[in-house]
Amino acid sequence: MDDQLRLDASFVDYALVAAYFAVVLLIGVAARRRVSDSLDFFLSGRSLPAWVTGLAFISANLGAVEIVGMSANGAQYGMATMHYFWIGAVPAMLFLGVVMMPFYYGSKVRSVPEFMRRRFGTGAHLVNAISFAVAQILIAGINLYLLATIVEALLGWPLWISLIAAAAVVLSYITLGGLSAAIYNEVLQFFVIVAALLPLTLIGLHRVGGVGGLVDRVTESSGEEMLSSWPATELSGFENPVWSAIGIVFGLGFVLSFGYWTTNFVEVQRAMATNSMSAARSTPIIGAFPKMFIPFIVVIPGLIATVLVPEVIEAKASADADFDYNSSILLLIRDVLPNGLLGVALAGLLAAFMAGMAANISAFNTVFSYDLWQQYVKKDRPDGYYLAVGRWATVGATVAAIGTALIASGYTNLMDYLQTLFGFFNAPLFATFILGMFWKRMTPTAGWAGLVSGTSAAIVVFVMVETGVLDLPGQGGAFVAAGAAFVVDIVVSVVVSKVTAPKPVSELAGLVYSETPREVRTDPEAHTLPWYRSPVPLAGIALAMVIVLNVIFR
Amino acid sequence: MSKREKAGAFDVRNVIAELIGLYGVVLVVVGLLDDSAEAMAKTGGVNANLWAGIGMLVVAVAFALWSWLRPTVVQAPKADAGD
Repeated sequence: MDDQLRLDASFVDYALVAAYFAVVLLIGVAARRRVSDSLDFFLSGRSLPAWVTGLAFISANLGAVEIVGMSANGAQYGMATMHYFWIGAVPAMLFLGVVMMPFYYGSKVRSVPEFMRRRFGTGAHLVNAISFAVAQILIAGINLYLLATIVEALLGWPLWISLIAAAAVVLSYITLGGLSAAIYNEVLQFFVIVAALLPLTLIGLHRVGGVGGLVDRVTESSGEEMLSSWPATELSGFENPVWSAIGIVFGLGFVLSFGYWTTNFVEVQRAMATNSMSAARSTPIIGAFPKMFIPFIVVIPGLIATVLVPEVIEAKASADADFDYNSSILLLIRDVLPNGLLGVALAGLLAAFMAGMAANISAFNTVFSYDLWQQYVKKDRPDGYYLAVGRWATVGATVAAIGTALIASGYTNLMDYLQTLFGFFNAPLFATFILGMFWKRMTPTAGWAGLVSGTSAAIVVFVMVETGVLDLPGQGGAFVAAGAAFVVDIVVSVVVSKVTAPKPVSELAGLVYSETPREVRTDPEAHTLPWYRSPVPLAGIALAMVIVLNVIFR
Repeated sequence: MSKREKAGAFDVRNVIAELIGLYGVVLVVVGLLDDSAEAMAKTGGVNANLWAGIGMLVVAVAFALWSWLRPTVVQAPKADAGD
């Protein structure tokens, strides 16, 4: 982080941040004490409306990645970043709603490791639980690092002190019960973030002379390719435009994004909190509509930064490979937002990173205490014992996240890092998941063997890119690694299944598509809903809109 | 035995209305008091706090109206129900 990045916050700004956290903590405390039947009702989620879960669904993901990572990407690669939303998110969200959700909701599987244990037994369960726990710690590190950069920019403390201070704040947030009202917080956070980023974008555009002014100035300083989303050769690192498009559609659009959106249970659980199959299916589909338009207030500010913020202009002009693009949006906030709006922006950013990290830590906590410790280390202890283990796991994970935050701080563009992680963990998981769901012959041995070999393949590709054997600068290395992980996982799973014994068909009910009765997968009330509440027509509209967006901004 | 009641203060729409409304009021006040040259230079001559504040007030009122006109009626869980 640059030394000169200091946000000049005033009393008003701090008061607005404090107001946000006061509201969040009050809801948390109220939830813990269960002061109201209706609050209790909302949290246990027996009838959350689909618009609430839909917003929570995308808000659970609107953290560090979206705001800092995507604006950094926008500054570095320009409009090609739109692919992360229009190719890399919306189709997978629609697929989740239309194809996968009936199965999830009907089979009542509550976590990925749980599915793995029931479908493939302990081997795949152990592999998956360990890799999930590691991934959560690594991603928590990204959130912590970003949180610390804000503390650093506000108070001017060195990074390591900021990291420890931010970690302490997150720990107390978790302890004080900020997590008990997670869905509330996510919806609230969504509106605060929009309230900060929309003025940022509009004022930024005003400063550069409107959309026309932005187009002229970006063309002049960085060239026209910054403004077109296809074929994105800069982003993917492929010189050949055809391969670049294939890499984006297959690597990002299929393996990475389907892997992320369909197996990430932090997201999927939001949809499980609805009262009917149709509402569960609508959750990711309703989420897809705001998701399409979020890049306009995230990627465009990154683009504006390249013509408005002196540091970014200079880095672009001198092609500085070491420039930390992650600071683009903070620099733009510093230059554009007056005191007052600055406080709203700080509240939104702090909330997003803190909630993101808290979600990672609590997901780790659950998997560590119940899927790993209880299953493999100390069985059959009283509940209180595992709660104590969970508390220590929370502290341990927070300390470990300080370490992984230092890894994250070494990347000048966090999206490169994050896509690499997703290639390691999500791509093989998606392959095993989808094969295990639709192919009843797949055996328990194939379950863990596929996961291990898929992750290994991604690591081999990563090492080859790092050591220069494969020359893929942008995010193409991550796309290729994910593609390799997916293909290797499928091939190994099929080969191993041919030579090992499958589970008896009777044990696969509710776990494999062909063995799950139709009435478990469908909503008996579906035909009574109006079109705007039916998942499939809504998904059709969303798909048409995203195609139109791709055509307009090609 | 279960009773039906409105979600009231804990309806998420009311929470949104309260927080965004509070932000709107603060920003409008800041916008009216502080039109310093420094703030104007940042925004390129627009009173951003004032306009953003007005926008947030409109959103807050819309959410408050929505939850007032269409209150969420919940089937309150039984007193001894736990989960």
